[in-house]
Amino acid sequence: MSLAFDPRPRKTRPDRAPDDGWREFITPEGVDLRLRIGSYMERCAAFALDLAIMAVVLVGFSLVALVTLWSSPGDTGIQIIEIIWLLGFFLLRNFYLVIFEMRPGGATPGKRALGLRVVTRDGGRLTADAVFARNAMREIEFFLPAIFFLARGQGIDAALIGLGAIWSGVFLFFPLFNRDRLRLGDLAAGTMVVRTPKRVLAPDLSESSRASHRRASFTDAQLDAYGIKELQVLEQVLRSGERQAITEVARRIRRKIDWQGGLELSDRSFLSDYYTELRARLESRLLFGHRRADKFDRP
Amino acid sequence: MAELHLKSHRFRAEREADWLRLERLLDRVERGGAAKLSRQELMDLPALYQQALSSLSVARSISLDLALVDYLESLCTRAYFIVYGVRSRLRERAADFFLRAWPAAVRSLWRETLVSASITALGAVCAYVLVQRDPSWFYAVVPQNLSEGRGPDATTAFLRSTLYAAPSARDALGVLAAFLFTHNAQVALFAFALGVACCLPTAALMVDNGGVLGAFLALFISRGLGLPAAGWLLIHGVTELFAVTLAGAAGFSVGWAVAFPGARGRLEAIGQAGRRGAVVMAGVVVMLIAAGLLEGFARQLIRQDAVRLAVAAVTALVWVLYFYLPRRGARS
Repeated sequence: MSLAFDPRPRKTRPDRAPDDGWREFITPEGVDLRLRIGSYMERCAAFALDLAIMAVVLVGFSLVALVTLWSSPGDTGIQIIEIIWLLGFFLLRNFYLVIFEMRPGGATPGKRALGLRVVTRDGGRLTADAVFARNAMREIEFFLPAIFFLARGQGIDAALIGLGAIWSGVFLFFPLFNRDRLRLGDLAAGTMVVRTPKRVLAPDLSESSRASHRRASFTDAQLDAYGIKELQVLEQVLRSGERQAITEVARRIRRKIDWQGGLELSDRSFLSDYYTELRARLESRLLFGHRRADKFDRP
Repeated sequence: MAELHLKSHRFRAEREADWLRLERLLDRVERGGAAKLSRQELMDLPALYQQALSSLSVARSISLDLALVDYLESLCTRAYFIVYGVRSRLRERAADFFLRAWPAAVRSLWRETLVSASITALGAVCAYVLVQRDPSWFYAVVPQNLSEGRGPDATTAFLRSTLYAAPSARDALGVLAAFLFTHNAQVALFAFALGVACCLPTAALMVDNGGVLGAFLALFISRGLGLPAAGWLLIHGVTELFAVTLAGAAGFSVGWAVAFPGARGRLEAIGQAGRRGAVVMAGVVVMLIAAGLLEGFARQLIRQDAVRLAVAAVTALVWVLYFYLPRRGARS
């Protein structure tokens, strides 16, 4: 029997499409909420913001303490302020992030500013121990590298510090080496950080078209020029309201559909009318089971 | 065109009010917690969430309005985390932590705790032997800021005085307690976090910690101050050493899961060990507060060796009974 023969089927690695950061997230009701992973830079920015807030709080705190110190001579004053400062620094370093992530928002002020939040990887609820675990790991992910990078030494000490910096740098850059941008704390807590920006309900674009007086009408052939992808690009252009883009897109569509109606209709209302009619047509076909992905998807 | 001609538009018009109502409720919960909602609103929240979720499903299949689908996704995601993230009140959670979760987590780490304690003991014995043979080893083991003049060069009278000294103004009780607590808690958190690197750095920290203890004991015993030094160390040391040992144990359990995840996936194993370790660590912080108070206050106020040793024995007994005494319902 040949040793090279392996009876088990080889696991082949499927060709992965480039990662767009979207992850399936299925609720118990069976609906996929589609979450996007927070990028490394977003998370760094959020943490930097939190650090800045901590620094500001600590400095403000110390200033208040100093002012009180001046106004109350004697030993006890100094001691009390010393105690408050020591404990304040400790609490801020270890519990500022924990307390905010344990609230219903699941995000520190820095994360909220960037539209990020912490979730558990299995979709369950975020427990206090998970939040504590993921933030305790920050000791070696941020504070340890910081200690090494700020340390100064001579000779053998310098070599040791250099090696330590490289070693602890592994923890710092750990999120860059996995798909879900998990840092060690996320690993230890079973969590991940996702983008959940708050959105407001934008007005329906087909509504604004109805309100306008003049209406352009299009033939079926003209409406068959595009599919869903182009419709949604058109929607984005209309919502952005950028003059130049609207003019350019209107020019292209007029040429593509061979528009004979002249230019008496403004670019915006022309696009808005075309959007409404195209959407009506694509949606009605959707109801009958024809989903036309883009303009190349000929029926 | 008087009537609504797009089905997706009609769909939206019929449900929009409910979505906006859900959004307002979410805003309030995210800002101030669920306590601010009335009973009726609390009852409505899950129903509105379900409705929004089914709207999302429908919108995905019939509507080509990208902004609408995006909005519903964001709305449902926010609602999901609030509806499924409901937790008990702080007081209930604290009670559960002290009565059940913490002792249970500590008990389940008994192997790691034994390992961690043995490594600390090993460090202590090594340092003791080294310093006894050649006192200059003391400087290699004990960092300068911890020894504060205590060393092989100091006179016996000075060493004795450090054991019973009244606190100076600088080392006033409260400040000392706060400093010791924050320092030790930071070391304990490091011991836990470093476990991720396959246990080794945590083991090194444990050896180091035991080494300081062994070196101090060797120095004081060589001057015939063994018993007083034991009282001086153990009155808070029982609590503090136990806490740091537990922190090491929590670190070891994470490191072990990294190296040998067993039948579970590695990610899952690390996650479980990490969360259990976090429960232990939250308790370790509480223990270190107690140790800081004992060190900062009790040690400075109690000057008799016998009383110091008695306090040490009582704290040891209390911790062991609290963690390891079998209790009803612990099986579940």
